[in-house]
Amino acid sequence: MTRFILGRLVKSVFILLAILILNFFLIHAAPGDPAAVMAGEAGAADEKFLADLRAQFGLDQPLYVQLWIYLKGAVQLDLGFSFRQQMPVADLIWNRLPATLLLTGAAFVLSLVLGVIAGVAASARQGTWGDTVISTLALLFYATPLFWVALMAVVVFSVWLGWLPGFGFETIGAGYTGFARALDIGRHLILPATTLGLFFMAIYTRMTRASMLEVSRLDFVKTARAKGLRHGVIQRRHVLRNALLPVITLAGLQAGQVFGGAVLTETVFAWPGIGRLMFEAINQRDYNVILGVFFVSAAMVLLFNLITDVIYVFVDPRIRLTE
Amino acid sequence: MSLLSIRDLTIALPEGADRDHAARDISFDLAPGEILCIVGESGSGKSMSANAVMGLLPEGVTPVSGRIDFDGRDILGLSEKEMLALRGSRISMIFQEPLSALNPLMRIGAQIEEVFEAHGALSGAERHEQALRLLTEVGIPDPQVTIRAYPFQLSGGQRQRVMIAMALALEPDILIADEPTTALDVTTQAQILELIENLRRKRNMAVIFITHDFGVVADIADRVIVMQTGEIVETGSADEVLLHPQHPYTNALIEAIPRLTGDHSGGRGDTGEPVLSVEGLCKTFSTGSGKFFGKRRVVDAVQDASFHLYKGETIGIVGESGSGKSTLGRCIVRLLAPSKGRVLLEGEDIAHMPGAELRERRRRIQMIFQDPFSSLNPRSRVSRILTEGPIAYGATPGDARKRAGELLELVGLDASAMSRFPHEFSGGQRQRIGIARALALDPAIVIADEAVSALDVSIQAQVLDLLADLKARLNLSMLFITHDLRVAARICDRIIVMQKGRIIETGPADKVLRDPDTDYTRSLLDAIPGQDYERALAGAG
Amino acid sequence: MRDFWKRYCRNRGALIGLLILTLVILIAILAPLLFPQSPWKMVQRPFLPPFSQGDLLLGTDAVGRDVMAGLAHGAYVSLLVGLVSTIVALAIGVPIGASAGYFAGRVDDALMRFTEFFQTIPSFALAIVLLATFQPSLTFVIIAIAIVSWPPVARLVRGEVLSLRTREFIEAATLSGLGNLQIITRHILPNALPPIIVLASLMVAQAILLESSLSFLGLGDPNIMSWGYMIGAARTVIREQWWLSFIPGMAILLTVLALNLIGEGLNDALNPRLTRKSK
Repeated sequence: MTRFILGRLVKSVFILLAILILNFFLIHAAPGDPAAVMAGEAGAADEKFLADLRAQFGLDQPLYVQLWIYLKGAVQLDLGFSFRQQMPVADLIWNRLPATLLLTGAAFVLSLVLGVIAGVAASARQGTWGDTVISTLALLFYATPLFWVALMAVVVFSVWLGWLPGFGFETIGAGYTGFARALDIGRHLILPATTLGLFFMAIYTRMTRASMLEVSRLDFVKTARAKGLRHGVIQRRHVLRNALLPVITLAGLQAGQVFGGAVLTETVFAWPGIGRLMFEAINQRDYNVILGVFFVSAAMVLLFNLITDVIYVFVDPRIRLTE
Repeated sequence: MSLLSIRDLTIALPEGADRDHAARDISFDLAPGEILCIVGESGSGKSMSANAVMGLLPEGVTPVSGRIDFDGRDILGLSEKEMLALRGSRISMIFQEPLSALNPLMRIGAQIEEVFEAHGALSGAERHEQALRLLTEVGIPDPQVTIRAYPFQLSGGQRQRVMIAMALALEPDILIADEPTTALDVTTQAQILELIENLRRKRNMAVIFITHDFGVVADIADRVIVMQTGEIVETGSADEVLLHPQHPYTNALIEAIPRLTGDHSGGRGDTGEPVLSVEGLCKTFSTGSGKFFGKRRVVDAVQDASFHLYKGETIGIVGESGSGKSTLGRCIVRLLAPSKGRVLLEGEDIAHMPGAELRERRRRIQMIFQDPFSSLNPRSRVSRILTEGPIAYGATPGDARKRAGELLELVGLDASAMSRFPHEFSGGQRQRIGIARALALDPAIVIADEAVSALDVSIQAQVLDLLADLKARLNLSMLFITHDLRVAARICDRIIVMQKGRIIETGPADKVLRDPDTDYTRSLLDAIPGQDYERALAGAG
Repeated sequence: MRDFWKRYCRNRGALIGLLILTLVILIAILAPLLFPQSPWKMVQRPFLPPFSQGDLLLGTDAVGRDVMAGLAHGAYVSLLVGLVSTIVALAIGVPIGASAGYFAGRVDDALMRFTEFFQTIPSFALAIVLLATFQPSLTFVIIAIAIVSWPPVARLVRGEVLSLRTREFIEAATLSGLGNLQIITRHILPNALPPIIVLASLMVAQAILLESSLSFLGLGDPNIMSWGYMIGAARTVIREQWWLSFIPGMAILLTVLALNLIGEGLNDALNPRLTRKSK
C-alpha cells in the first residue's frame, strides 16, 4: 500500500515538472520577446525591468540553460514577479490560496455528500416520481453554465431576497473577530460554495444512481438476500460500499474541474482566491501570474487526487493487499 | 412426509422474452434428507423453479399460479418479512459463480457472521467462533487465516466452500445448489460434490441440486427431475431415470453424454513427416511494468513443451484451468509470441517469423474458438465472416462467395445463412459458422480451443460429430484443447496432459485414459463424475 | 436503422432534446437572413426591456444592440465551436486511444502517461493559459477546447479496444490474414462506435459550456458575438438589468440540455442490451 501511495507521489512530481516545462515553452511560443511576455503585454514595464528579467532568466543563453534556470527558480517556489502588482507571484498566490482552498474544499465536500445521498435516494425509488424529480434536477444542473447559476443566485438571494451577501469574503470594515468573523465568512461562503457545488453534485448524483442500480444486479447482492438480510442492510453494507468505488474514482478525476469552476465562481462573487486572481491577470495580461496560478492549481489538483487515492485504497482491499 | 411440496407452479416471463413461461405446471415433492437433482439444458427453467422456492426470482419474473408448501404454509403467500425469516435459516442457497457471489469488499468472516446477525442468533463472539467452526467443517485448510481474508485471495474451490459454510450456518432444512460446480475444475468439483454428500448425511438436510451434467446427477442424486423448455418431462428415482429413461428427451440427453469408455482406434499417428512439430516451447508472462514501485510478477505459463502432430491425427491437450493449454495453442498459431522454442509448421519454424512471412504460412493453421458469442463479429454478416480471409489472401470476391456457400453446406447450414448476422443464430449454429471460417483458408491443421465447452450437451455431441466427420473427409490434423477428458476421449487419437505449464504425460488416448503413467492424470480421471453409472450403462448395453 | 429510431423515440426526453436542438440549428442557419445587420450594431437606445417594442422582441443591451440578433448569431457560434472542437478532439483522442488499446505494452504505457498528464492538469486553467498565450481568435478557442477535451475520448476508446481486442473474433481476424489497420477499422472501431457516439454528443454540450465560460471571462474572439460574451458584458448591470444575463444563459441551458437528452436517447438506442432488464 505504501508502495502504491509512493508511486502516486512520484508520478505527481513528474507531472508538476512537466507542467513547468510546458509553461516554459509557452512563454517562448507566445508572440513577442519572452521578457516582455513575462512582464505583461501591456507594455507597462520599463526598459530596466526588462533588462533585469533578461539577465535573471539568461535570455541571451541557449534554450536548455534558460530551461534549467527557470526550473531551478520554480523548485525554490520562485514563480516570477508581477510587474503589475509589484509583488512576487508566489506571494500573491500564497495570500490568496486559503480563500480558494476554503471555497473548493467546501464545494467538494458538499457536492460529494449531497450528490451521493441524492443518488442513493433516486436509485431506491427507481421509476417513481421521486426518482424522476431528482434525476431531472441533476440533469438540469449538469447542463447549466456555472457562472450563470452564480449570477442568478446573486440576483435572487442577494438582490431580491436580501438573504445572503452576494460578493466578497467577509463584511469589509465590520471588524469582526473570532467566532463572529467565522460566522460572517460562513455567510459569505454559502452562495459561492453552493453554486460551485451544484454542478458537481449533479455529476455525483447521476453516477451514484447508475452505480447503485448496477451493483444491485450483481450476484453477491443475491447472496445477501439469500441470507435473509433486510433490504436496508443489503443496500447499506453490500450495495453502497461497492457502488461508491467508481464515484470516488470520478471525484478524483473531477478535482481539476472543481478548480476551473472556482475561477468562474470567484469571478462572479468577487471571492479573493487564486481563481479571481487569474481573472484579474487575464484582464491585465499579467502573464506570469496566469502561469503561476496554473501551476499552483495543478499542484492543488494533484493533492486532491492523492487524497481520493488514499480513500480508495482504504475502501478497496484488493489494492491495499496486492500492490 | 414431504418437507417441501410444489404443486402446479407456473412462472411467467416478462413480455418480450422468447416464451411466455419460465416454468409451467411444475409439481414435485422433496423428502427430508434427500438429494433431488433437477437436470436440463440452458433455458429449461430449472434455475427459475428453484429460485421461486427462495422467493428470489429476477425482476419481472413472477409465479402466476400453483403453490409451494413448506412447513405447512404456502411460501408464495408469505409476506416479505416472513420470507426473510425463512431465507438463510430454514432454506439456503449456493450459486454457480463463487467469485461474484461473495462481496469483494468484505472479509470472509464478516460475510459468514452476517447470517447469524440477519436472524438475530448468537452474540458477537459466538458468531466468530461459529464461523470458524463452519470453515473447518467445510474443509478450508487454514480457517484462522481464511476468516480474515477477502474473497479475491481464495481459489474458486475455496470460495465455493465458503458459500457452503454460509449456507449451512443456521442448519437449514433445505439447501438449494444452483450449478455449484459448473465453474470449477473437475478435481475441485469432485471434492465439492463429496462435501455436499457428507454434509447431507451428517445433518439429514434435503438438497435441491440443479445441474446440466448427467455425470454429476449419477454420482449424487437420490431422485431426478428432467426439465425441457419449462416443463417437467420425467421424474423418478435416480436408477429409474438414468438406466431406464421413459421420455425420448431424457434418452437423447443420456445418449449425448460424452463417454470415457468407447472406441479409440488411435493407430493413425507416427506415419511419415509430422505436419507440426513443437520443440521446447516456453511462454512467460510478466504483469506490472516494474516501474514506479510496481511489483513485477512473472508467470511461466508454458514450459518446455514439445510434441509432434502427424497428418490426419487428432491430439487432445487436456488440463485444468491454469495448466497453460490455451496459451500453448495460442503460441502455436502465434496469437501470442512464444518466449522460447520452435514451432515447425510443415518444416518451417514460425515461432519467431516476422509479419509478412508469418502471414503467408499461417493460413495453413487455423483455429476454432470457445465462445460462440464472442467469436463472431456481431456487426458482420456471415458472408463477410467467411469471405474476408480468402479475399485477404487474394481470392476474388466471387470465388470466395462461392466457396463460402459450399462451406456452409459442409458444416450443415443453409446457404441462406450468408446474408444474416450472427445474433440470428443459436449457439450451436454459430459454432458451425466458426468451423466454416476456420476451413475457408484450406488449412492443414485446425486448433480447436474448448470448442464445445460452451454448448449444451446435445449440441456438443452434434458439433463433435461434425468435427470428426470433417477431419476424416478433409484429412485434417487437429489439436483439440479441452478441460473435459470425456470430450477428449470421444475425438482424440493421442492425448497430452498438461499441469502448471508443463506437459506431464503424452500417449495414445486409450492408454492415457485407461492406464495413465502419472498420478495427476489418474486423479483427473478419478474425478470425472458418473463413472460408476457409465460402467453400469456399458454393462446393461 | 428503423429499430434504432424506434428505440430512440421510446425516450421522451430524447425527442424533446431533438426538437430543441433542431430549433437552435434552424435559428443558427437563418441568423444571417433574419438579422442581416451585424449584431454589434447599435439599433436603439440602451437597456430597452424585452417585449417593449415589436421589432426588438428581447430589447437592447447596455450599448443599444439588439439582444435577439445577438442570440441568433451566438447560436451559430456555439454550435460551430461545439461541433468542430468535438471533431478535433475525436481526431486526437480516437487514434491515441485505439493505438494504446490495440498495441498495448510500451505504446500503451507511453500514450496513457501522456493522456493522464492532460487529464490531471486542470483543463479550464489550461484553456485559459493557452488563450492568454496566443491571440484569442475563433480558431484558437476551438483548438484550446479540443486540447483540453480529448483525454476522455482516448480513455474510452482505449478501454473499448482493450476489451474488444481479447474477443475471439479479433483473434480470428488475425488468423484470417487481415492487417492491423484492417482489423482496427473493420472489426474494432465499428464495435466501439456506439459509446463513442454517445460521448461525442455529450462533448458537444461540454464544449458549448466551455466556450461560454471562456467568453464570459473575456477570452473569446473579440469580433464574434457569443452567448458567454453577452452574459459577461451584462455582468456589471446584473442588479438592474438581470434579464440581459438571464436570456443568453437560458439559451445555453436549453441547448446543452437538449444535447444531453439526445446523448441519453442515443445511449438507449445504441446499447439496447443495457436498457433491457437483466435475464
